[in-house]
Amino acid sequence: MEVTQQILQQLVNGISLGSIYALIALGYTMIYGIIKLINFAHGDIYMVGAYIGFFAITQAHLSIVPALLISFVVTGILGMVVEKLAYKPLRHAPRISVLITAIGVSFFLEYTSMYFVSPTPRTFPAMFGDVAVTVGGIVINGQQMLILGITAVLMVILTYVVQKTKTGKAMRAASFDTETAQLMGIDSDRIISITFGIGSALAAVAGVLVGVYYNSIDPLMGIMPGLKAFVAAVLGGIGILPGAVVGGLILGVVEAFVSGFVSSTFRDAAAFAILILVLLFKPTGLFGKNTKEKV
Amino acid sequence: MASELLKATDVSEVFGGLKAVSDFNVHIDRGELVGLIGPNGAGKTTAFNLFTGVYQPTTGEIVFDGKSIVGLKPYQITQRGIARTFQNIRLFSELTVLDNVKIAFHFHVKYGLLEAVCRAGRYFREEEEIEAESMKLLEIFHLEKQAGELAKNLPYGAQRRLEIARALAAKPKLLLLDEPAAGMNPQETKELMEMISWIRREFGLTILLIEHDMSLVMGICERIYVLEYGTIIAQGTPEEIRKDPEVIRAYLGGEA
Amino acid sequence: MKYLRKNDFIMLGFAVVLFAVLQGLISGRVLNSFWQLNLLIVGINVIMSVSLNLINGYTGQFSLGHAGFMAVGAYVGVVLTTNFHAPFAAALLAGAAAAGFLGFLIGIPTLRLRGDYLAIATLGLGEIIRIVIMNIQYVGGAAGFKGIPHHTNFAWVFFLMLFALFFIKNFVNSTHGRACLAIRENEIAAESMGINTTKYKVMAFTIGAAFAGVAGGLFAHCFYIINPASFTFMQSFNYLIMVVLGGLGSITGSIAGAFVVTFISAALASWPEFRMIIYALALILLMFYRPQGLFGYMEVTNMGIFRRIFRKGGHN
Repeated sequence: MEVTQQILQQLVNGISLGSIYALIALGYTMIYGIIKLINFAHGDIYMVGAYIGFFAITQAHLSIVPALLISFVVTGILGMVVEKLAYKPLRHAPRISVLITAIGVSFFLEYTSMYFVSPTPRTFPAMFGDVAVTVGGIVINGQQMLILGITAVLMVILTYVVQKTKTGKAMRAASFDTETAQLMGIDSDRIISITFGIGSALAAVAGVLVGVYYNSIDPLMGIMPGLKAFVAAVLGGIGILPGAVVGGLILGVVEAFVSGFVSSTFRDAAAFAILILVLLFKPTGLFGKNTKEKV
Repeated sequence: MASELLKATDVSEVFGGLKAVSDFNVHIDRGELVGLIGPNGAGKTTAFNLFTGVYQPTTGEIVFDGKSIVGLKPYQITQRGIARTFQNIRLFSELTVLDNVKIAFHFHVKYGLLEAVCRAGRYFREEEEIEAESMKLLEIFHLEKQAGELAKNLPYGAQRRLEIARALAAKPKLLLLDEPAAGMNPQETKELMEMISWIRREFGLTILLIEHDMSLVMGICERIYVLEYGTIIAQGTPEEIRKDPEVIRAYLGGEA
Repeated sequence: MKYLRKNDFIMLGFAVVLFAVLQGLISGRVLNSFWQLNLLIVGINVIMSVSLNLINGYTGQFSLGHAGFMAVGAYVGVVLTTNFHAPFAAALLAGAAAAGFLGFLIGIPTLRLRGDYLAIATLGLGEIIRIVIMNIQYVGGAAGFKGIPHHTNFAWVFFLMLFALFFIKNFVNSTHGRACLAIRENEIAAESMGINTTKYKVMAFTIGAAFAGVAGGLFAHCFYIINPASFTFMQSFNYLIMVVLGGLGSITGSIAGAFVVTFISAALASWPEFRMIIYALALILLMFYRPQGLFGYMEVTNMGIFRRIFRKGGHN
């Protein structure tokens, strides 16, 4: 009984953490899907989102929902600005140049933030006190409920946008084949910009939620979650939205189990081990299709 | 038979339920110049990919020089003596014309890693030989003046010639040419065909070539296979092919 | 062709003169200890960047895990010298062998992957190596390994760097190196020219990893303590930046890249809060205006002024 309970508790923890990875992974996978760029700066966008939420709560004394909204919008715009300034001029450049630029953008966001907000971690104000629900001995605290609730709402909205709206259809077309989409009258620059906007906004929400969950944020907090979200995206099949969500959840659960039952120092190694196993046995990810280069 | 160089027996290739090539039977004797023609999407390039190990046949047997080559990797098949060119040119575009040819000598080189790094032993002698032989090949294809240029900067026709030169540097017994004249003007095509006939005699080669341009194939090939929808619908001398009702139907459309 | 050996001797001559000058500056205490250390770091970074260039620039396989192999070389080295009092040369050799062997083991399965996938897999492997070291208490875990003898001096760094440069230069200018170039240019065509692409990819990866191991050994013996935090993927990024800055596929470029990056970050050390911001902006601007790096595919021996000295044939 003890063991089952522990397992279920870790499952809850893992799904909460996994939801955050999923939110970041969605942006990663959308951006990769459309311009084939591993946006190393995506984790730093998430960090900026966390800080915007932090200042909205502590300086403007807003409650969590308006803070999330502000962070969503401002970070979304930041994502679009970054794309316009740093990536758009390199649309036809070799992939490695764009990748190096992404690393540059990542450093820039990290260290500019560090300059303005100081490298010391900030303590996120406690939002929920001791609100918690206990179901059969398993504790689901307020933060976890918030994470699960917000993530679920965002997934529903994103699915609607991508599947039903004109913009969403254009996004799917562009990620399938940018050039053909352009020939069909889709303004691919606009679509890429919107993709960055949505992806960054989702990451911002994840950032604020992590602040609420772990109570602490710092300018380098985005590096590891950023990489792991990429792992999640690869695990689900890069470019596939449901894949990113499933990948994120799996990763969160595995991490929770590794830190709960093995050792928390191996937590990060677990993520990368999953990555390598996926790449070796199903490089296209759980939901991906195989393609072969034509000779 | 000793004179048989390549023989494919009942070869089929299935891609996810779609038969790209089925019941494919071809044999090429030593010294022959054989053409493989057919409409777009008939499976000509697939056949080449099967002979060179890029694809593995779903069923059937391919024997080259008396031994089966099914299951071998492309580089192993090249080492057995089949070299090819590509329909969509695949040069080493950021390297010089000379280096493109030198690379193809790779598996004939005997000096090892240690000799290369220490620049000792056979290194200098072999490198000199490779350079000399490469230049000789470039001269044959009128590319010697461009030896130091990057391959990507060559005009289209010269790139096609370089691909053939590179394939020859691998010293093959059988040369597979995938639409060598594609995109060339009639004058260039004519020169290329003369060149192919000449190198065949000079190097004692066997050649299988895919071509779109019927007149051209008819001009130089001794024997022709016609492929449609992945099956061979006719074979014979150019004269026989020209009169074959199946071929006329496949090329001109309509009912036979 | 007969100028080849002569070229090598001219190069070696230059190198010896350069060594004498720099060693003189060190022995005469013209350089303070800060710049002396930076001189060692430059040499080590040259080994790192030129070996990464073999993998990324010449063979076209995108590796982001180079710091992991460096870590292996460093830890194997310090365990041998500190705990077993092995001679420095033996420790370096063992570190290179261990890193090379690991590169070989990792290379066989992962080099099937292409492009971004390989990049992210090697990044992950580099991190796994670091995390595993962090969890080995025998080598001090996350706190680091203490009490390392200070074996690394300028002569060691300089001559091993020279060895790495000559090794990779000669490799690249042989049929083996051309096989690697062919893989970078067009893997399918390379294979159809009779090149065993897997073999050469693994070979380049192994050689690169082994040199990273040497660099790791040298690096570790510059300090009293090393810890796993020195070998994160950020460090791998740094080496990648050196290679790209100098020019993928140029040995001259790797040397220049290592120099520029090391000295810029040393020069900016007095403004720590701006250092990384300037570095980041420089990186982005470089990609905008000179994506092929400082040298592109060029080598210094191919350039006008040096032509006269070297009287070039097809090789260098």
